[in-house]
Amino acid sequence: MWNVFQAELVKLRRASLSLSTIAAVTFVTGLVTSLLFLLVDSPQGNGERGVRISRDVLALPSGASLSFSNSAGLLGIVALCIFAAQTAQEYTYGTLRNLLVRQPSRMKILLGKLGSMKLFAIAMVTLSATLAISLSYLLAGVKDISTSAWSTADARSALLRGFINVLLATIGYGIFGMILGLLFRSPISAISIGVIWNLIIEGLLSVFVKNIDRYFPGQLLSTVAVGGTDKISYQYALITSYSFLLGGLAVVAFLFKKRDVAN
Amino acid sequence: MSSPLALDVADLSKKYGKRMALSHANFEVPMGSICGFVGPNGSGKTTTIRMLLGLITPTTGSGHVLGESITHPEKYLPRVGAMIEGPAFYPALTGLQNLTVLAKLGGFDVKSIQGLLDLVDLGDRGNSKYKTYSLGMKQRLGIAAALLPNPKLLVLDEPTNGLDPAGIQEVRNLLRKLADAGTTVFVSSHLLSEIEMISDHLVMLRLGKVIFSGKTSELLAKQQPVIVAVPEKVGDLEKLAQIAKSAGHDCKIIDNALHVSGSSDYSAKLNKAAFDAGIILESLTPVKASLEDTFFEMTGE
Repeated sequence: MWNVFQAELVKLRRASLSLSTIAAVTFVTGLVTSLLFLLVDSPQGNGERGVRISRDVLALPSGASLSFSNSAGLLGIVALCIFAAQTAQEYTYGTLRNLLVRQPSRMKILLGKLGSMKLFAIAMVTLSATLAISLSYLLAGVKDISTSAWSTADARSALLRGFINVLLATIGYGIFGMILGLLFRSPISAISIGVIWNLIIEGLLSVFVKNIDRYFPGQLLSTVAVGGTDKISYQYALITSYSFLLGGLAVVAFLFKKRDVAN
Repeated sequence: MSSPLALDVADLSKKYGKRMALSHANFEVPMGSICGFVGPNGSGKTTTIRMLLGLITPTTGSGHVLGESITHPEKYLPRVGAMIEGPAFYPALTGLQNLTVLAKLGGFDVKSIQGLLDLVDLGDRGNSKYKTYSLGMKQRLGIAAALLPNPKLLVLDEPTNGLDPAGIQEVRNLLRKLADAGTTVFVSSHLLSEIEMISDHLVMLRLGKVIFSGKTSELLAKQQPVIVAVPEKVGDLEKLAQIAKSAGHDCKIIDNALHVSGSSDYSAKLNKAAFDAGIILESLTPVKASLEDTFFEMTGE
């Protein structure tokens, strides 16, 4: 498995993927942080889905990491695309047969891939956290928001909690992408279905069907990222979302192990 | 005592739905030989190779690679190099990075990569992206990847596709060199003249069935040699054919020449008989049957 992990890192470190991921993470984090601070006084709201986050809330110890937590949904979409593409491309390029000749244990291939992509997700989330906090300090100055509570022990604790939660959510979205990649064996299909499901279908159904968001992986992972909501507890969101994902992963792993590699 | 076997397949079959891709195949490939694997498109060559490499599961039958059962590919694949259905690599990675991925995956020494790139004449293009490679370069990178494990068995599917004549000759020489050093080479190709030149053994498939398996020389020896006689006057062809037939030889007229089945011993007799009948021959050439002729005859293509 260690060999697979190392081999996968060669692919993940390629310049085109690294630079496009840095650009995507910078854009997503920059957008969410800018909206959060620059629209702080807007009656249309400055948070996700028009939620108003006041100056007082931003000045709390958790204020520095708030924009970072709010970026999790979009960071998750980036992770979903990367995990799905990295998995499904083996079928479209025909490289899976090379991998299996060099490492016949399909489970080791799968776990090595997952491990390397988790490391990639850690790098993404670390970059996002660094950008979000730096930009938060900058924009707090612009909008006259107090940052005195941001350097306290409570703030550091909130940041650590936020980091873990965003990481869990991002990896969760990534696993969702990997499941789709293994299922559809095409990056375009896997990414488009994953993005449409998370950004459109889950959102729409949540509006029309009461409490259905308690069973949607995307909605639950967003809840994990922000540490729980009034409607859905953190513990429930974490256990339910990861149960779905691990169940899905087990099913596609079984298919991956049993399916003939004919391309 | 028989020589050890690199490949040994018994009653191997693969069925896709109602279609039999390979039906009860039996063949053996001795260690250290170059074995040509030939057959028309769709005859089951790639299906067989996939089963030998553990990519697909046989419907029935068994097989052994380097003495290990194909049900446990992990036991023999570290000693096998393979290029299946042409080269397949990551377009955004360089040739060097692509080989690094496979070397790390198999736990092979990455320091050997540059030497392999030099061997396949890609030493100065190792840092170019794979997507910029020509078809011939891609093919050569595929061969380099197959050589990464310093294999005891090399399985190559159409390795000369896209190569120019010089490249084909290089591959031929490389395969001969590897075989001389003890590597068994199992190579499928549609270039039968190439296979004839390099292979000691042959496995021939048609419609999913093995129609020949054995030494190339044995197969060619079974084929009747032909004498091609060209009379000075085209009008003498029929008369010449009657002479050959009356001596008990099959013959047919192809492009102003008479093709007579028979060994070169009959050439002198035919020449004398033609002269006695007043026919002057422009040329009289004994021709040995080629693998291509044999292949077409056996496969009915």
